[in-house]
Amino acid sequence: MDTIDMTIHGLHQALESKQLSSVEATKAMLARIEAVEPQVGSFITVTPEQALAGAEAADRRIAAGDMDMLTGIPLALKDIFLTEGIRTTCGSRILDNFIPPYSATSWEKLRDRGAVLLGKLNQDEFAMGSSNESSAFGVCRNPWDTTRIPGGSSGGSAAAIAARQATATLGTDTGGSIRQPASHCGCVGLKPTYGRVSRYGVIAYASSLDQVGPLTRDVTDCAIMLGALAGYDPKDSTSVDLAVPDYVATLPNGVKGLRIGLPREYFIAGLDADVQKAMDAAIETYRRLGAEFVDISLPHTDYAVATYYLIATAEASSNLARYEGVRFGHRSASAEGLIDMMTKSRSEGFGAEVKRRIMLGTYALSSGYYDAYYVKAQKVRTLIMNDFIRAFADVDVMLTPVAPTPAFKIGEKVNDPLQMYLSDIFTIPVNLAGTCAMSLPAGFSADGLPIGVQLIGRPFGEEAILRAGYAFEQATEWHRATASL
Amino acid sequence: MKYQPVIGLEVHVQLLTDTKIFCGCPTKFGSEPNSQTCPVCLGLPGALPVLNKKVVEFAIKAGLSTNCSITPRSIFARKNYFYPDLPKGYQISQFEDPICQRGWLDIQLEGQAVKRIGITRIHMEEDAGKLVHGDLPGLHDGSGVDLNRACTPLLEVVSEPDLRSSDEAVAYLKQLHQIVTWLGICDGNMEEGSFRCDANVSVMPVGSDTLGTRAEVKNVNSFKFVKQAIEYEIQRQIDLIEDGGTVVQETRLFDPNLGKTRSMRSKEEAHDYRYFPDPDLVPLVIDDEWVERSRRELPELPEQRRQRFITELGLPEYDAEVLTANRALSEYFEAGVSAHGNAKAVANWVMGEITRSLNDSGTAIQDCPVTPLLLAELLKLIDGGTISGKIAKTVFDEMWKSGKAPHVIVEEQGLVQVSDSGAIEAIIDGIMAANAGQVEEYRGGKEKVFGFFVGQVMKASKGKANPAVVNQLLLDKLKG
Repeated sequence: MDTIDMTIHGLHQALESKQLSSVEATKAMLARIEAVEPQVGSFITVTPEQALAGAEAADRRIAAGDMDMLTGIPLALKDIFLTEGIRTTCGSRILDNFIPPYSATSWEKLRDRGAVLLGKLNQDEFAMGSSNESSAFGVCRNPWDTTRIPGGSSGGSAAAIAARQATATLGTDTGGSIRQPASHCGCVGLKPTYGRVSRYGVIAYASSLDQVGPLTRDVTDCAIMLGALAGYDPKDSTSVDLAVPDYVATLPNGVKGLRIGLPREYFIAGLDADVQKAMDAAIETYRRLGAEFVDISLPHTDYAVATYYLIATAEASSNLARYEGVRFGHRSASAEGLIDMMTKSRSEGFGAEVKRRIMLGTYALSSGYYDAYYVKAQKVRTLIMNDFIRAFADVDVMLTPVAPTPAFKIGEKVNDPLQMYLSDIFTIPVNLAGTCAMSLPAGFSADGLPIGVQLIGRPFGEEAILRAGYAFEQATEWHRATASL
Repeated sequence: MKYQPVIGLEVHVQLLTDTKIFCGCPTKFGSEPNSQTCPVCLGLPGALPVLNKKVVEFAIKAGLSTNCSITPRSIFARKNYFYPDLPKGYQISQFEDPICQRGWLDIQLEGQAVKRIGITRIHMEEDAGKLVHGDLPGLHDGSGVDLNRACTPLLEVVSEPDLRSSDEAVAYLKQLHQIVTWLGICDGNMEEGSFRCDANVSVMPVGSDTLGTRAEVKNVNSFKFVKQAIEYEIQRQIDLIEDGGTVVQETRLFDPNLGKTRSMRSKEEAHDYRYFPDPDLVPLVIDDEWVERSRRELPELPEQRRQRFITELGLPEYDAEVLTANRALSEYFEAGVSAHGNAKAVANWVMGEITRSLNDSGTAIQDCPVTPLLLAELLKLIDGGTISGKIAKTVFDEMWKSGKAPHVIVEEQGLVQVSDSGAIEAIIDGIMAANAGQVEEYRGGKEKVFGFFVGQVMKASKGKANPAVVNQLLLDKLKG
């Protein structure tokens, strides 16, 4: 097998058995990045020097017998993760010159295990978008069809895997930003439970919804990555102090007797026929593997998108106040005086979608509107959480589509934000409920576009969805397909 | 028409923690600009706040000492506004569900009844940084931001509008100041802004039950200025109304040089702070056990101690008041009492010589060179007749200067009191012989010259003669 096609566990074996060095694997990846990057645009910054230095250090560790599953594995990070000394833009012009003085906890954890950093990945600006089109650093294309979007906001994180530019990547998921691009690009993408992975050093979009997670070639890799990322971080008050299970060990336990819920609100009229077909096939596969299906209801699903766009934008309007050109980031060259400097720096630095969401959120928090919008949205959020709690009394996991359609065309929805927002209709409720979910490759459209299905787990029930995902993967071949790029 | 002022105070109390409220940076002042900072207090992207538990403990202490209820589940909120000294573009504060609620303090003005002043709430928040203007390193005549102070912990204590005069406001403020310094949670330095006050002032016609429109007066940083600012503001509002005008809701700045307030921003220009719960911090849960533990750890408060000094130590009210002005002074006094036993005698010395020497030399009681034990020893020397009260003052001055024990000084300088009547008689005889004229005067009925003889004897004995013995022997001998 070609190095660039390998999974983490595959490459780990090759490194361990000395068939391959990390430097060789890293060079192969850097060459691949260079070759296909003009067609894909997954990266904002490639870091070949850091990558090779990291690979050399990893090879020394391997030679010394100090090896972890991630030692020597070439990874790439969404450009939302702070990396000390390496430019971190969050896809925004306002941070195009920002070199962070510290690193995100999640990257530190991977780095300490010997992972190699290939570079920083393209994304929607401040993770606001579902198509990667709001990036200030150029289009990112879907490797399966380069006229189409890779999904977003972690578009580069998914595209880099499909284009075989990284063995695994990190993304963040606020309303579906890991799962939707994973579905569109045919990879595995996990959004862990809120509080499972530290948010320290991850540029905040909507703090009560943001969560870090991996995008990988298969479920085993996903389990390996989660095991490395999960855990309490004293620097993040919202991270939860709960033991981290061995996610890989329980993967083969199967799904016999597993009770899978099918929330009826997710099977809406107008669901794309290819998506419906993939869902039907997935249900059939699970039935054959011995799982039981239960018809369930999540009655407040209809309100999820509206609720999300009040809470997320409210938090964003506050989180993004720090970008005013005083201490770091873009500062307008033409400003006169303080107010003018702040106003112009922000006007020039932020893109249209970010401005739209700052305005929406500012409005939702304004005196006189706060109760009608923000407070009400929080109440609905509680109802949505309760929907999940009630439903999980009957089932172990849920199975749903990830996105209503396969990847759409670049430019198709840029002028229709509402249509764009609806592409996250099946993923947003999970963030509002704070629980975990995973996108799993489950088929292709008639046009050859990947389609994912979503497994939703109980809070801190990542083991169950990983196990269910693994069983599905063992019974299917979808995850082995590669884009012909 | 007669007007009734209505005043409420908002007091910011800077807490004496070693580190900041949401990060581990030191709170020390006077360092190089921006040297006491980290990603959290710089508001860098991705940084997250973690609550300093010490701040919570201090807040609970302040709450319990001002009769507040401690909120079992309090939350932090973001107060959003743009200013260059506010690195995140929001201040982390508390809005709904602050940590302490519904408390009170009793105040008493001279000759008036005790009055209870309500405390609406006490909440925790972070301070902002500060702007510096002028010539800066690498920048001529510019403006810079120093974020060393950003994220230092504050308590905001909000009173009910229960105060009716500037004197009441000052009395309340002094009492609050005494409590937070007594608890050791604030250094109380008003000039440096460790304890700062905003006053909400309005007036209404006497007898009315409709509150007038209030103005918020900022930047009053001494008790004197609080009184001045409130009085100015009351008069300004009355004059305005009398002249047919109306008071507008606004924020006003006090100018201590002019003794006046001036408009800073009107209600229309007021910020919409868009408060909402900070999603980066989980709700702060304080169970009964925590509250009770804090209650047990509270020191005896000034008011309790004052009462005890009166009832248990038998001190006059005035003495008890003076000796509980601050915790260190009261502790000094108590240490003296436990070493000596006579509370009134110790009180007299602490309020007399000790206070005078402290004031003259600008020394804090904590640094008093004469320890309570040494003071007690000095008093025992008086009690035992070793030295006279007069000599004791000389000994005290020497103790202050050298830090030596009183018996050492008495020995070194030969200051032991002479009570031996033979020795004193010899002196008296000599003086009577040398001043025969005055002896005649006394015997002729001019008793005032008795004092002259006492003075001469004391002088001749270099002050060491026991005054009681001198008096007795002189009387005997003069009467002949």
